[in-house]
Amino acid sequence: MEETMPSVLEGIKVVDFTWAALGPTTCDYLAVYGAEVIKIESQARPDLWRIVSPFAGDVPGIDRGGLFATANVQKYSMALNLSDKRGIEVAKKLVQRADIVVESYRAGAMARLGLAYDDLRKVKPDIIMLSTCMYGQTGPLAQLPGFGLTLTAASGISNLTGWPDRAPQPSGEYTDFVVPRFNVLALMAALDYRRRTGEGQYLDISQMEAALHFMAPVLLDYSVNGRELSRTGNRNEWAAPHGVYRCRGEDSWCAIAVTDDKAWESFCAAMGRQEMLKDPRFASLMARLDHLDELDNLIEAWTIERNAEDVMEVMQSAGVSAGVAESGRQLDSDPQLKHRHYYHEIDHPEMGRMSYSGMPIKMSETPYRITRGAPCLGEHTAYICTEILEMPGEEFAQFMNAGVFH
Amino acid sequence: MDDRSRGMLSPYRVLDLTDEKGLLCGKLLGDLGADVIKIEVPGGDKARNNGPFFHDIPHQEYSLHWLSFNTSKRGITLNIEAKDGQAILKKLATTADVVIESYSPGYLDKLGLGYTDLIKINPKIILTSITPFGQTGPYKDYRGEDLVCWALSGKMLITGDPDRAPVRVSHLPHAWFHGSADGAAGTAMALYWRGISGRGQHVDVSMQESMEKVGIHSHLAWTLLKRDAWRGPFLKTAPSNSVTHFVWQCQDGHIVFYPFSGFAGLRASKPVIDWMDAEGMADDFIRRLDWASLDWGQTTQDTVDKIEGYFRRFFLTKTKQELFAGALEKFLLIQPVNTAKDIMDHPQLQGREYWQEVEYPVLGQQLTFPGAFLKSSATTCGISRRAPLIGEHNEEVYKGELGFTSVQLVNLKEAGII
Repeated sequence: MEETMPSVLEGIKVVDFTWAALGPTTCDYLAVYGAEVIKIESQARPDLWRIVSPFAGDVPGIDRGGLFATANVQKYSMALNLSDKRGIEVAKKLVQRADIVVESYRAGAMARLGLAYDDLRKVKPDIIMLSTCMYGQTGPLAQLPGFGLTLTAASGISNLTGWPDRAPQPSGEYTDFVVPRFNVLALMAALDYRRRTGEGQYLDISQMEAALHFMAPVLLDYSVNGRELSRTGNRNEWAAPHGVYRCRGEDSWCAIAVTDDKAWESFCAAMGRQEMLKDPRFASLMARLDHLDELDNLIEAWTIERNAEDVMEVMQSAGVSAGVAESGRQLDSDPQLKHRHYYHEIDHPEMGRMSYSGMPIKMSETPYRITRGAPCLGEHTAYICTEILEMPGEEFAQFMNAGVFH
Repeated sequence: MDDRSRGMLSPYRVLDLTDEKGLLCGKLLGDLGADVIKIEVPGGDKARNNGPFFHDIPHQEYSLHWLSFNTSKRGITLNIEAKDGQAILKKLATTADVVIESYSPGYLDKLGLGYTDLIKINPKIILTSITPFGQTGPYKDYRGEDLVCWALSGKMLITGDPDRAPVRVSHLPHAWFHGSADGAAGTAMALYWRGISGRGQHVDVSMQESMEKVGIHSHLAWTLLKRDAWRGPFLKTAPSNSVTHFVWQCQDGHIVFYPFSGFAGLRASKPVIDWMDAEGMADDFIRRLDWASLDWGQTTQDTVDKIEGYFRRFFLTKTKQELFAGALEKFLLIQPVNTAKDIMDHPQLQGREYWQEVEYPVLGQQLTFPGAFLKSSATTCGISRRAPLIGEHNEEVYKGELGFTSVQLVNLKEAGII
């Protein structure tokens, strides 16, 4: 049944000039929801995500990168030398038949290549182009390099992550996963706008400006109340218990969040510790907030003797919010993810069988599809040139020899 | 304030039934021009009790959290558990394009307001449901507090220090925000599809899955290498498994900087050594270090510690401002760990006129909000109106559009319907 259902982005063509995590993830939404996404790459300057670990089988290789695979599933790859004028011409030919162009290079890079919005509009007047880089295309710091790790710190998120008595946590390239959702929203709205008006547009999304929406209350607390917040571990001002508790086994944890009195009663019953309900230290929320350390210690004395999965099940059955801090292994066998067919096993010529993460957005009429793994570098160059662009064989050979497809 | 009519989603009306788990979704759609009507229970949404509060006054119209996520929306009150409330919602649904909600799966169906009910009234309607685990499945009735969504996504276990419990990122409910943002993206996809096909659909977002993508390292380490990804604010490089750090203390806070080795080190690490040297804080050992041939994976921890020591001591002598200024001047990959103040004063955000001032008569002043998340050559984005007061647009919508009389509105209020 699913095979015959339509795709949202059937017939939509995307030219993808992105690299690392944020840009490619954006284009990957488009690819799995049915768009033809051609990723422009170069052997001379491979996507950073192709050369960082983890690699399949722990063997480094340009077509074996796991991060690359997961951010570029379902795409086509064309190797193109953009320092060669002929490479630029080929790129423009791709844009001529495309609906969307996405790029995440430094501000001004596309313009230097002759591939700015004004250039591309000449070959495709209704093109929708998205530029998404750290600070946006304009402003005093537009030229400043950055990546996910730095943006997470720049947007104030790192400062709020970790323990009160310790340094802020870097939290990885966290914002690289925040911003693609804004990018996809913008692109879908732009496609609909074009459908209604015939007009394309240029979208300039600064990763910082998008990510700061996740920080809004903290920023207002500062500008209105002059308050600078800092790290709070896993605690919550108005709920107790609220934390992550050690369970039986190595590095095994369960998160528990009790947000009202009813849940507190259920919690105590589930632990078999009804006497805590009468304990003046814990009888009310205000009391619990005053005795958090004691409370957390009591709870951990209970959880540490149990498997995290059992803690979660006992609590959720009693109506208390609890969840295992899952590892990759546990995610693989997570029954809810299995139910939603979240992971997709695909064979890859270099990497072998790999499990690809799916999409969090299920659509009843237009399901997403993952049918093809991430491409090897330049895997589709010949196909795209000869079948899609209908380049004469001779010209293709000539360009090939001259390094245009390098 | 931007004129809503030039937003990309301006032809569309969205009925926003979300609670705190999904508020951001409607706000983003509203920022793109949609006519978003926030529907609250009579007396006001529970999320209005979320702090922080304006001048710490705990009042339903003073919640800065509420204000942050309900700009670009009008507001009405409605009790959908009452039969009259259900009838009113159905009336509203006849002219709406989208309904967004974050109730427990099955709740709307029980009230006769689920997807199969709504399409009887409006066959083309789009329903976007944003929940912790999705509409069906073994966890569909699990309670998904934000902390728990983090835990079940794989991201939490790999965040924090190895010698303590794992942590979630910030104290704000980011798992809910990720799901909400995916809800907005999914809604826009459904609107586009409806424009081509004439058909609406049910969009079902799982926050757990939104967050799994954020924790991708967990899944990758397992699926590729049958290993557990590690937890810690550092990188471990095989085969020596030496540990190198991301966060460094400076005089008045912290910075993020990674001391890349190899060719990347020439770009990222060497210039910082040169700066050290210019200030007399380098010696022969560090000056002569051949970054191109250095590989942390082939270096012992002792040597790594020795080299990192130079950076550590250097950063401690400088303020965040000095390090940032140096980074700008010398194109270094050094980023201060910004506080709220650093962000509000940020030259790039000021330069791009990012902040939006919004007048709040009830508070007696303007407040400064994060502004447009995109700049477009042809359309507008940004806060189109301030967040609504409780029931602020009841008259406009119920009288003006649905034709209720003043007397009827009074009755509905008295009966707790609005």
